[in-house]
Amino acid sequence: MKTATIKIIEKYKKDKTRLMDILIDIQSEIGYIPPHAVSQIAEELHMSEVDVEQTISFYHFFSLKPTGKYNIYLNNSAVATMMGRAEVAATFEKELGIKFGQVTADGMIGLFETSCIGMNDQEPAAIINNLIFTKLTPFRVKEIIRDIREGKRVEDMFYASYGDGKNATELIKSVVSNNIRKIGPILEKKNKPGEAIKKIIKMSPTEVIDEVKKSGIRGRGGAGFPTGLKWEFCRMAPGEKKYILCNADEGEPGTFKDRVILTELPRLLFEGMVIAGYAVGATEGILYIRYEYKYLGQYLEDILDKAREKNYLGKNIGGKKGFDFDIRIQYGAGAYVCGEESALIESAEGKRGEPRDRPPFPVEKGYLDMPTVVNNVETLCSVVKVILNGGEWYKSFGTTESTGTKLLSISGDCRYPGVYEVVWGFSVNDILDMAGATKSDVQAVQVGGPSGAIIAPNEFNRILGYEDLSTGGSLIIFGNHRDILADVVMNFTEFFIEESCGSCSTCRIVPSILKKKLEKILNARGVMQDIDDMVEWGKILRASRCGLGQTAANPILSSIKNFRHLYEEKIQKNKSFDSGFDLNAAVKESCEATGRVPYI
Amino acid sequence: MDTIIRITIDGIECMASRGQYIVEAAKENGIYIPTLCNYPGVKPKGSCRICTVKVNGKLMTACTTPVSQGMQIENNTSELNELRKAIIELLLVEGNHFCPSCEKSGFCELQALAYRFKVMVPRFPYSFPLRKVDASHPKIIKDQNRCILCKRCIRAVKDDKGRSIFAYRRRSHRVEVGVDAKLGKLLTDELAQKAMDVCPVGSIIVKEKGFAVPIGERKYDNKPIGSDIENISVSKH
Repeated sequence: MKTATIKIIEKYKKDKTRLMDILIDIQSEIGYIPPHAVSQIAEELHMSEVDVEQTISFYHFFSLKPTGKYNIYLNNSAVATMMGRAEVAATFEKELGIKFGQVTADGMIGLFETSCIGMNDQEPAAIINNLIFTKLTPFRVKEIIRDIREGKRVEDMFYASYGDGKNATELIKSVVSNNIRKIGPILEKKNKPGEAIKKIIKMSPTEVIDEVKKSGIRGRGGAGFPTGLKWEFCRMAPGEKKYILCNADEGEPGTFKDRVILTELPRLLFEGMVIAGYAVGATEGILYIRYEYKYLGQYLEDILDKAREKNYLGKNIGGKKGFDFDIRIQYGAGAYVCGEESALIESAEGKRGEPRDRPPFPVEKGYLDMPTVVNNVETLCSVVKVILNGGEWYKSFGTTESTGTKLLSISGDCRYPGVYEVVWGFSVNDILDMAGATKSDVQAVQVGGPSGAIIAPNEFNRILGYEDLSTGGSLIIFGNHRDILADVVMNFTEFFIEESCGSCSTCRIVPSILKKKLEKILNARGVMQDIDDMVEWGKILRASRCGLGQTAANPILSSIKNFRHLYEEKIQKNKSFDSGFDLNAAVKESCEATGRVPYI
Repeated sequence: MDTIIRITIDGIECMASRGQYIVEAAKENGIYIPTLCNYPGVKPKGSCRICTVKVNGKLMTACTTPVSQGMQIENNTSELNELRKAIIELLLVEGNHFCPSCEKSGFCELQALAYRFKVMVPRFPYSFPLRKVDASHPKIIKDQNRCILCKRCIRAVKDDKGRSIFAYRRRSHRVEVGVDAKLGKLLTDELAQKAMDVCPVGSIIVKEKGFAVPIGERKYDNKPIGSDIENISVSKH
């Protein structure tokens, strides 16, 4: 084992900035990061052990303690719960005789919870040894456990057919479904790979940037920064080397469109990265993918190899002298905050995924302190189409403020969950029609994931676009029978508590306090003051450094704004104060032990 | 290029050097912006958020944001001071802070800020967490009950090879500042003292020494935190 660790460290040339890769390799080889490996890494990389541990302990998929030979990570997103997760979870615990967070006594099977894994259209879903299992039922869980006990390889445990499209191909072989429901100019496969590269080598980098600017495209991750402008800033920024980072850390619960792009259109994405590289003068690209999508790894590496063979990557691309660009894949290890661009950069440098202070912005000082463009998967794909068909063409779709099309990830209570490519300007009502939701049975729609807003039917005529309802593309539909506060708002709040990097005092402390308030209201101990407190205290989060912290109270704040009656129904009407402390419950155990009756 | 620029803080015209952080520029102009995680000579991190000001209407941390020509900064407003007070209260309820028995009482910046912002009873419920006291190192005690996770020790204290002695462990509300098991044992007296001095609260304590200064003579006994800045004459550019 000792030599295995050394080999891995040497594979990455003892490079501190590749610590994530070193840890991922050790974790998958040994099942955890043992103390001797921590010591060796520290020694070889000239760091202290506590420094190595700070990276390890930040990420959900790294462990300092032994895990199982088989490790089951069951998704705990709100939609998973809506689709029957409770029974599935109970079956896992019962069959294995352990609780979540534990490993069986024989060291064989570990059972863990994990935040949204990007499978909201096919929940409940779990990751077992890097492979995805979707649409789980108690019956299926029993089969899986039986297979594990028989010692089957995980890849031999699928009994149904593989998913649609490329999911069924040799290098993926996954049961995941794409569920593409509506195709538009980005998702259609009309153009041949490399076509846009042939076009840009006849253009100057500034002409490429001008075309992108002309298209009016804005970042598809959610923040909506104009892409052309970002590229221009990076091009102008002084730096001996520049980088293109593609953000495929799709972690916003309810978003899964990037997973579908990575499965069906990786060539388009890589071409987009090459174009960005040409435009800003970057020679290296990094595709940062969340670890949950590791099952696509071999397939993506193969496509990169083929692109190198065709000279779409490498030196003198397309025969153009000096046009050098290559791409490497960087995996995350389970941290939602790494979807924030500066946290993503920190993580790609082998550190904890803690967002950076801005300024400086990544376009000035990003990866390894060099000018860096961080773009969303969808943005980079869209750019290829902009180059092929022109900025004017792209602008002809959508609205004035929001040009082009948007990929939506739709899930929840509807007949056709999946990925839809729509022009900007659709109303929420249109979306509900499209996804086959029964309008009379829709209580609420979560737009933009937990960090977005939950809206009620009176707002369903609002328009998706940067000018009205801005979204990274996640829409979750909740039917009338759903308990919004208990099942949605609580779930999202817990998500933010879990995924905070812990650096800002505001984001580290406030969400837990808000959760206690919400619990108090759900336990029928709340009073009007509690609602007012939550509104006031939620505002403190606006002083946090990054988008995660700033929006961590959004599930509570937007539900109080749009569903206040749900809170008011649960509070005590005739009381203005309640400590929320249940003395009877607190002394119950000691009363039972001593045979006393509480004197209250 | 002219390196002196003009900014305004709460409407007051101030001179500042280009590239200087807001908090430093304010200090040179005799304006106090409360800080906690910031430490002179150490790269700022902006993690406590107490120095939050409004720059051209936007919330920014004064310790990490460089000044630029014409910048309009709001600092001493009721909205911002209320936010700062709330953050101080958050830090107080997050850990277990028992001032009367703490070796750093009277020198503690969190305590001093709480006095300056007139914190009486925190509006938030105490979380009374179970936290450890790590006394395994020969020179220092790391009391996690009092740690406010400001990262000052992480950033300021390194060994002779530049390696970290302190670092974060875990994330979210579970985050804590860990001491390197090996390097913690090798701490020199000098570094141990530095770690204690850098800590704004009483989370890092040098062993075998305490309560050296009598009550009444301690750093913040007579003048509130920040008054040294407010009393200096405005530097003339």
